[in-house]
Amino acid sequence: MTSQQSALQVRGLTKRFDRLAVDALDLTVRAGEFYALVGPNGAGKTTTLRMVAGLLRPDAGSVAIFGTDALTEAVAAKQVMAWVSDEPMIYDKLTPLEYLEFVAGLWGIDPKTSQASAHELLVSLGLGAHLHERCEGFSKGMRQKVALAGALVHDPRLIILDEPLTGLDAVSARHVKGLLGERVRAGCTVIMTTHILEVAERMADRIGVIASGRLVAEGTLAELRQQNGHTDTSLEDLFIALVDVEAAAA
Amino acid sequence: MSATAAFSWFARHELRLTWREWLAMITAGRRRRTRTAIIGLIVFGAIMHLPAWAVIGRYANLRSPLDKSSLIVLTATILLAWALMLSQAIESVTRVFYARADLDLIMSSPTKLAHIFSVRIASIALSVTAMALLLSAPFIDVLVFGGGARWLAAFGVVIAVGLSAAAIAIAITIALFRLIGPARTRLTAQILAAIIGAGFVIALQIAAILSYGTLSRFAVLTSDAAAAFAPDDSSILWWPARAALGDITALLCLLSASLALLGGVMAIFSPRFADTALSASAQAISSRQGARTANFRGGSRQQALRRKEFLLLRRDPWLASQTLMQLLYLVPPALFLWRSFSDHSTAIVLITPVIVMAAGQLAGGVAWLTISGEDAADLVATAPLSPSSVIRAKIEVVLISIAVVFAPLVAPLAFVEPLQAVVTTIGVAVAAASATAIQLWFRVQARRSQFRRRQTSSRIATFAEAFSSIGWAATAALALALPSGAVITGLMTLALVAATWKLSPKR
Repeated sequence: MTSQQSALQVRGLTKRFDRLAVDALDLTVRAGEFYALVGPNGAGKTTTLRMVAGLLRPDAGSVAIFGTDALTEAVAAKQVMAWVSDEPMIYDKLTPLEYLEFVAGLWGIDPKTSQASAHELLVSLGLGAHLHERCEGFSKGMRQKVALAGALVHDPRLIILDEPLTGLDAVSARHVKGLLGERVRAGCTVIMTTHILEVAERMADRIGVIASGRLVAEGTLAELRQQNGHTDTSLEDLFIALVDVEAAAA
Repeated sequence: MSATAAFSWFARHELRLTWREWLAMITAGRRRRTRTAIIGLIVFGAIMHLPAWAVIGRYANLRSPLDKSSLIVLTATILLAWALMLSQAIESVTRVFYARADLDLIMSSPTKLAHIFSVRIASIALSVTAMALLLSAPFIDVLVFGGGARWLAAFGVVIAVGLSAAAIAIAITIALFRLIGPARTRLTAQILAAIIGAGFVIALQIAAILSYGTLSRFAVLTSDAAAAFAPDDSSILWWPARAALGDITALLCLLSASLALLGGVMAIFSPRFADTALSASAQAISSRQGARTANFRGGSRQQALRRKEFLLLRRDPWLASQTLMQLLYLVPPALFLWRSFSDHSTAIVLITPVIVMAAGQLAGGVAWLTISGEDAADLVATAPLSPSSVIRAKIEVVLISIAVVFAPLVAPLAFVEPLQAVVTTIGVAVAAASATAIQLWFRVQARRSQFRRRQTSSRIATFAEAFSSIGWAATAALALALPSGAVITGLMTLALVAATWKLSPKR
């Protein structure tokens, strides 16, 4: 597969803090696919995605977003990408609409297009009654929805989400999952880390299992089962088996 | 656990929290710095004895009975200290209502809330008093050294003043909650604290300008009119001054009155403290209505960034109170300018350093809020803009804000003294640019709500910012009065800024 055909191509990505967090990671995500990155705490998922989003400088390796080198042409790569972290970082003193206006402005989106899109997004996420309220009194779930709407308002081709369902109630989580599913059907690529294996199992086209900074398994659920020699096991059992093997090897 | 045991246990808990908060403030949360910070404080306290000696040393031999003018000056000084402590206490009380994260735990515990909040009120009073004792110690030490042990009574006056200021602050803040609600209290309390802190000095200066054409507040206090207006020597008004001079009866009365006031406030307001705290936390849950966004506006990415920064600055409660305070400090010189308009007095030169100094200080705060205080750092970092264009847009916001605040003050000056207006404009620009550059070199990503602790992230940046403002203010004043002196102070300030850059982690 060439980098032009893939939404994300990571080669030899390495990052060391006190210990090696990401260890010469190779990862390819195809355009238009829903990719779930799972792994135990401290496996290197967030560090990997923060390097992809341009929030951390890797010690070594390369990152290409739709064929654009994200390290040397960061601005062009960021234009087609959106990042949502597990801790929603929004402005307390802005209303959701003001926040989305700012995000659309940062991405240089035509105001007429972004206004209609912002309104639609916020209403679809159940924030219709709060459009003109400052975010300072919002719950974590509401803040997460505002952050998600901000990520979608500029219509990115690649959405990277780090634990986006943390803090959401069941209804909101379903809303978010529906919205992401719609985006993927419309041709957008989604990469998501999650600890909720059921979500990865049900939503992802492919799943990558990361442990100790390395990709230890990757494929569709069926492929993962096949690799592990089980045909009817759940992702949770597969995950535990894979991580245990990795821990024993370490 | 008995009620008394619970009471003392909670008192210990409060004291530990207060101590750790204070320690975190001076060490920027790094425990390894504790020893260095304490040594630094001791050295700073020791050095402070020198300016204290210069300011107050000559009054060490004052003895009772004092003449009317001396009584007025001493009483006014104590009143000024009280106003400053009241301002600080209002700020502390507001912070306890809005920022303490343990209210849910306390409210849900099976303890009598009135007791717990009595301890909390006492803890506020104690921290305000302790801070006042710490700051006043060098001055009182100088008086004791020069005038004898009788001046030790001044420590008692500081305690009385601290306790009464805390009591009044609690009463004022809870009254504000009742009157205008929790949503408006936070901002109003901050503004009120600023006005109280600065108001007394400013009022004296205004009176001095209007009556005697001078900026010195002592002109009013030592005037015959003040002496004629003041009550006779036996008045209760002079008790604080007498107590400071070593009159034990006056001191005991003062301490008893302060303790009674604090006790009264604790008895009356402790049961209401819980309701007030609940209202404050409920206010955090319910949202305030924001502006109705008409239509999304277009423009460049930098314009979007600038627009956001201006909007956040406009809605920043700290900035509102800080700007108000800066403007309040500028009222006397502005009034002086107006008074001097007709006679072209040379004293008008005094306005320039005040404006330049205020511009540097305000620019430092605004620069921290825009450059370091970024609540959505990830969003801005993942936006398709180069880091340099983000920084450029933020710097533009700081400089435009300073221009907007200070242009109306410099513009009238241009009609009276055009040359002075030019020097003041240059001074404002250079002081603002220096403060912004220092904030930029020492920037550490933080949330805007951490503004109060911005000084703790870098002591070098804090002192450099203050000294560069002072340096540019002095340079501007000398440029008008003694140009050769301006060259020297200008070069010194420039060297200070360059040294700061050399020490900065971003270099």
